[in-house]
Amino acid sequence: MPTLDDYKGQTPAWCPGCGNFGILKSFKDAVVELGIEPHQFTIVSGIGQAGKFPHYLKCNTFNGLHGRTLPVATGIRLANHEMLVIAVAGDGDCYGEGGNHFMHAIRRNIGLKLFVHDNQIYGLTKGQPSPTTAEGTVAKNQPFGVFSEQMNPIALAIALDCSFVARGFASDPVHLKDLMKAAILHKGFSLVDILQPCVTFNKINTYEWYKQRAYHLEPEYNPEDRIKAFARALEWGDRIPLGIIYKNNRPVLEERIPVINNSPLVKQTFEKSKLETTLKEFY
Amino acid sequence: MDYSIKIGGEAGQGIQTIGDTLSRIFSRSGYHVFTHQDYESRIRGGHNFFQIRFSDKSIMASRDGIDIIVALDKESIAFHENELVEGGLIIYDSSSLKERHEKQNFLDIPFEKLAVEHGGSKIMANTVATGAVLGMLRMDLNVLRGILTDTFTKKGDDVINANIKAAQAGHEFAVKNCPQCSFIPSSQAGQKMLIAGIEAIALGAVASGCKFYSAYPMTPSTGIMNYLAGKEKEYGIIVEQAEDEISAINMALGASFAGVRSMTGTAGGGFALMVEGLSLAGMTETPIVIALGQRPAPATGLPTRTEQGDLLFAIYSAHGEFPRVVFAPGTPEQAFHLTNKAFDMAEKYQIPSIVIFDQYLADTVWTPEKFDLNRIVLNDYRLAGDAFRNLTEYKRYAFTDTGISPLGVPGDAKYVVVADSDEHDEDGHIIEDAETRIKMVQKRLLKKVPLIRKEIAPPLLYGNSAPEIVLAGWGSTYGVIREAVDVLSQGRSIAMLHFSEIYPFPSVEAFDYLTILNNAKLCFCIEHNATGQFAHLMRAETGYEFKAKINRYDGRPFTVDNLLEEINAHIG
Repeated sequence: MPTLDDYKGQTPAWCPGCGNFGILKSFKDAVVELGIEPHQFTIVSGIGQAGKFPHYLKCNTFNGLHGRTLPVATGIRLANHEMLVIAVAGDGDCYGEGGNHFMHAIRRNIGLKLFVHDNQIYGLTKGQPSPTTAEGTVAKNQPFGVFSEQMNPIALAIALDCSFVARGFASDPVHLKDLMKAAILHKGFSLVDILQPCVTFNKINTYEWYKQRAYHLEPEYNPEDRIKAFARALEWGDRIPLGIIYKNNRPVLEERIPVINNSPLVKQTFEKSKLETTLKEFY
Repeated sequence: MDYSIKIGGEAGQGIQTIGDTLSRIFSRSGYHVFTHQDYESRIRGGHNFFQIRFSDKSIMASRDGIDIIVALDKESIAFHENELVEGGLIIYDSSSLKERHEKQNFLDIPFEKLAVEHGGSKIMANTVATGAVLGMLRMDLNVLRGILTDTFTKKGDDVINANIKAAQAGHEFAVKNCPQCSFIPSSQAGQKMLIAGIEAIALGAVASGCKFYSAYPMTPSTGIMNYLAGKEKEYGIIVEQAEDEISAINMALGASFAGVRSMTGTAGGGFALMVEGLSLAGMTETPIVIALGQRPAPATGLPTRTEQGDLLFAIYSAHGEFPRVVFAPGTPEQAFHLTNKAFDMAEKYQIPSIVIFDQYLADTVWTPEKFDLNRIVLNDYRLAGDAFRNLTEYKRYAFTDTGISPLGVPGDAKYVVVADSDEHDEDGHIIEDAETRIKMVQKRLLKKVPLIRKEIAPPLLYGNSAPEIVLAGWGSTYGVIREAVDVLSQGRSIAMLHFSEIYPFPSVEAFDYLTILNNAKLCFCIEHNATGQFAHLMRAETGYEFKAKINRYDGRPFTVDNLLEEINAHIG
């Protein structure tokens, strides 16, 4: 069984106090508790502070381009669906640059686990508004305040009938760890949107701000009721729900592709001898 | 013998079916066949044509003169009547075209009436027309019967028999009413392979062990996706239709990282979206093959027509410096083998390989010699299974003499595989220091390029070995230039110099083509673009400057005749 020591990675270059530290801790605890070894899964990350995440633990890694985590992760998963594939992205990365991929990955219902470090700001480029920044927020590059409406990724995901939709909080480590474990164990596409304070550039959505508003969904809450889930998804402001907000049992893409019913693509060999027969089709 | 048949009509009228069927009949009867198509970007209406040339000799381009025109619409007559050779004929159905032509070279065949009378439905008018063409050529219906049986097997014997009767009716009508038909083909033995350029690229991918293809539909590359999708179960291939080209290339890179041979395909506009991912392939050293089908641009351009306007784009696209290969096949056979070589080079050197072609090569159908499967190169360069497990240490980007680092299959061993789009160390982790950066650029780029360049084959010289006139070209102009050389070589010292492995630009070590160019009196560079992109590349890479250029950029391909006209205007 792996221990936390097996997951020791590079020294993080995040700001002291960054919400990412909590997310990293929860994630390591989750994979250790699930008994998953470093070589048994792949993290695909994009660009931004969240993009550095896999370097700070130990695992197969594809740290690709801004916004493109989900396509790369989709390719990996289709080539080897016995590999656990986790996509890690920021709010700008996944909901902005990669918005189209987000929508279509949910539609495919491919068994990827998407963990979005949602700090409602662009950190690495120093403080520009992201899709989840509140309307009216004043920034250096938007001096009149953000005109666009704040995006609600939870509501969008439920509208697309996403197979697993949850919200966690970087400063609620045990709860977040359990959400990550549930997301990993769920068959199909899982989204965990993680509220993550940015101590340097987001002076509004602070640890305190989230703590005053965030609450755990009641034990009797039924995440399989889509209409009620949508109502919870719209809660934002005074009260922000944390937990598994919605899930369903939609058919999973990998199980619907006949080619990989018996074995993953990467384990299948190419039979050159068949080519003679194929050539005959051109006569 | 050397005959050309043109089938013209609106989109949706079935000219493709008639053309495909006749081509197959000719190839199965042992003739050499070459076909090209001209169609508009629409699903119904407009005017399109399908041109078939067949001969007892090897052919690889279209001629201007037409022997038989099958006119399914009025435009076929209005636009193409002047293309008829002496003794040529137009067949048409006066009742469906609602016009009558009394001239000697018109033959009115009631396609629809015969279809209803003999087949039971006017749906079979095209089968009547096909039978009629065979009647004019005095060819029997045996091969057509076989094709109709294959085509309609699923629909049952009634449909097969009705179609055969319709074909017979057309055949008899033509034999009886066209005593003047004088194009009698010599009989041939054996069957010939019949394949389109786009199919040859897709088949090359299959033969290279391609396991994953992701793409967004775009003319003229969609045919690759369609062909591979038809082979998914048989060969264990996954074809994924991506939401856009950005996703397509990133998916293919993900699949390649996971351990399978991967490919994507698109046209110039889609490639523009992929360019970011091309650079990612360069930095992460992830093997990938990209099929780039050119069509007239900029922007949407002429979506269904042909151009060689993206050569320099293919070579210079993407931010940063990294190695790549660019191959430009000129025939289906080259398309098959160069796609295979593209896979081999991508896997061996962990680079992106681009196979650049155009609508013309994609859609033209040829009868090449049977592809030689013994020439297929299949080396597994991946580090997998026990070989990976038994290592004592693993670094994805380990520094080596060749610059090629071990490409491990993630999950096969206890070592993790770390790939990064940031500059990285040997382990794949982000770095900022200058020393590692320099060593990585040397590893990834400077060490690999000389090795890659050594594998690039020289251009092909066809014709006189010390020519006074050289016709140079690249990619899809192979056939038309070669036929022009055949025509012009009587009484002249002339040769074709054709480039199909274009980047890295071939060195003169194996074959000193520069001396041939320098010794010739007149060298043409023939291209389907306005600016002479290959001529530009030649000058940049070798210093050689073509004195004469022939550029066509109306979206239509050269025919042998119009290329000859252009050349003759220079040489008199």
